[in-house]
Amino acid sequence: MSDFTSNFWSYYIAIMTVVGLVFCAWLLVAVGRDKGKASETTHVWDGDLTELNHQLPNWWRWLFWVLLIFSVGYLIYYPGLGSFKGLGNWTQTGQFDKEMAALDNQTRPMYDRFMAMNVEDLAKDQQAMGMAERIFQNNCARCHGSDARGFIGFPNLRSGAWSWGGEPADIEQSVSGGRTGFMPPLGETLGGELGVNAVVAYMRSLSGLDHDASLLLRGEILYEDNCAMCHGTDAKGMKDIGASDLTDGVWVHGGSERAMAKVVEFGINSDLADGDFAMPAYQGVLSRGQIYLLTAYVWGLTNR
Amino acid sequence: MAMTSKAEQFNYTVVRQFAIMAVIWGIVGLLVGVVISLQLLWPAFNFDLPWLTYGRLRPLHTNAIIFAFGGCALFATSYYIVQRTCQARLFCDKLASFTFWGWQLVILLAALSLVFGFTSGKEYAELEWPIDILIAVVWVAYALVYFGTIVKRRTPHIYVANWFFGAMILAVALLHIVNSIAIPVTLFKSYSAYAGVQDAMVQWWYGHNAVGFFLTAGFLGMMYYFVPKQAGRPIYSYRLSIVHFWALIFTYMWAGPHHLLYTAVPDWAQTLGMIFSLILLAPSWGGMINGIMTLSGAWHKLRSDPILKFMIVALSFYGMSTFEGPALSVKTINALAHYTDWIVGHVHSGALGWVGFITMASLYYLIPRLYGRTEMWSVKLVNTHFWVATIGIVLYVAALWIAGVMQGLMWRSVNVDGTLTYTFIEGVKASYPFYVIRLVGGVLYFLGMLLMFYNVLKTIGQGKAVDVAVPTATAPANA
Repeated sequence: MSDFTSNFWSYYIAIMTVVGLVFCAWLLVAVGRDKGKASETTHVWDGDLTELNHQLPNWWRWLFWVLLIFSVGYLIYYPGLGSFKGLGNWTQTGQFDKEMAALDNQTRPMYDRFMAMNVEDLAKDQQAMGMAERIFQNNCARCHGSDARGFIGFPNLRSGAWSWGGEPADIEQSVSGGRTGFMPPLGETLGGELGVNAVVAYMRSLSGLDHDASLLLRGEILYEDNCAMCHGTDAKGMKDIGASDLTDGVWVHGGSERAMAKVVEFGINSDLADGDFAMPAYQGVLSRGQIYLLTAYVWGLTNR
Repeated sequence: MAMTSKAEQFNYTVVRQFAIMAVIWGIVGLLVGVVISLQLLWPAFNFDLPWLTYGRLRPLHTNAIIFAFGGCALFATSYYIVQRTCQARLFCDKLASFTFWGWQLVILLAALSLVFGFTSGKEYAELEWPIDILIAVVWVAYALVYFGTIVKRRTPHIYVANWFFGAMILAVALLHIVNSIAIPVTLFKSYSAYAGVQDAMVQWWYGHNAVGFFLTAGFLGMMYYFVPKQAGRPIYSYRLSIVHFWALIFTYMWAGPHHLLYTAVPDWAQTLGMIFSLILLAPSWGGMINGIMTLSGAWHKLRSDPILKFMIVALSFYGMSTFEGPALSVKTINALAHYTDWIVGHVHSGALGWVGFITMASLYYLIPRLYGRTEMWSVKLVNTHFWVATIGIVLYVAALWIAGVMQGLMWRSVNVDGTLTYTFIEGVKASYPFYVIRLVGGVLYFLGMLLMFYNVLKTIGQGKAVDVAVPTATAPANA
């Protein structure tokens, strides 16, 4: 597609460029033609500032000419003069596609072999997992950590807890399509601080964490009314919507009373929450083969 | 009568003010640079204070060096040179004084606003719109004072240094105003008038010409006055001045897109940015040749005159950076070097080597003469400054060359299976030792600046501020 809204701009660019090059050449010719002597000019400033008038050094004139001629050649071969595409038909996207295609050709047999394997076998294949490790380090580690143990807000992939499911198909979907969970802010609904603390106490009791026992009953009632529809009456979560298991002792957004209360009060990915937590989609960023390798790698972290 | 006698003297007051502030801002700018290079090694040196974080101090460093240190030096030298070479007192004292106080206010507001986190997000043009307007006003006042003095001149010809200062003043006004056009939202927040790729193009048209006109043309102006003065030699070639001046100011205007190679900028714009950057090698070297050949014939003075040492090294770094720049703008080389520390090294060989050294040489010539002396308090200390700073630059630039090329090679290294050989963090880890060397280089350069400050204080203490009479005899036009 042309970058120009009309032919005028294309001509404008091309003419300005040519005029510019001609201007430089003209300067060299016009000033070089004067064969005057190197003797001093008659100009004097500030008492003793004077000027000689040496000829332009030859090597420098030639340097200038070579650069100008090279530029003309470059403009003939490469795109530059407005919408003229250049004789070489070069584009940066073309160059990129070519390099990627060459790499693809080189690695396709390998990926074809991997794609034919099931995830269990792939996770045991040393060559495949070496590649997956490098893909992981270059794409996933910035959030999940180089040891895959995550960070607050970014799931620990070695914990064995899977909000969106831990089967190979679930993991592959998480990588290729991304995941964005939503937890509504419940501060007001729960009646403020006391309600929030009660629900937190109940949640903590589920995995044996220390909690304020006097709030348990209130917390359980509030949980049934407000949380169970997503996290389940058994609190084991619902992987289809990314509602996490509240009984497994894994707390993606922090396991302190304060951190848990914040999640309950303000939600996750709600207007009230501080930041957004989303797993981006890698479809289009990584190839299908690479995503398949990553799936086996991540699955293998807890299933090998 | 008092008015007439005053009109017969050069206005050295404003030159003195700018010259001293150049030294002071130089110390501040370099100190901030040392701090952020320390933070690259040990991030804890931001002390967990938001206003000391890298993201805020880095623009403070660049702005302080370019516009505070470089800017004050340009004002000081251009005001001195234009008066001396035009044989005329500066046009309009009040306006000249306004440019000094106005520029200091700009610097103060810049320092405060950047540290407090206000930024328009445009590199080298981070300041928010009220400060941008103040800059434009001060700059127009500068143009009036400068060109007013040219108009008043008693000499028949305009000296070559003034061509360069004049080009700088006109071009920077154009660049600053066009690039800073923005829609204000509040007093402290605005959005650029351009969007997306156009914004990037305008930004780097500005950005590279800040280098071309502010940091090159202006400092060539200094070179064209102080080099022949200090060497006691005539300018090598008037012809060369003409060709390289016009070619330089013409081609620089095109070079911006070389900052945006292999991006969303259209192919044709990238090509034009690249070829005009390549051509720029010739006019740039024209300036270097004119400077170095002017020094030739005074080589023996290099042994005893540290100011000439500063000058020859400045010109050498100018030649080297302006060879490196066109090379880096070649797409193939750029693909390796872009986003690496090589670029930072390139900028610093120009900034520390060329801009810094030609400024120091000029100030060492200028400051004693503003206080009724012909030499600094200690020429030996100038010599020490020269060596400390030179070693500093070499360490700094060499470290970042190595680090940069290494990063570029590591980032593009691909295994036979198509995966990247190194993770990003491995490149950072490998760069670490070179960041240490860079810090050492930076500290040395900073220490040199402190020596200069001490020497300047002593020189001022021993001298007395003078105002020199303007020679009224017209220079012989046809001697």
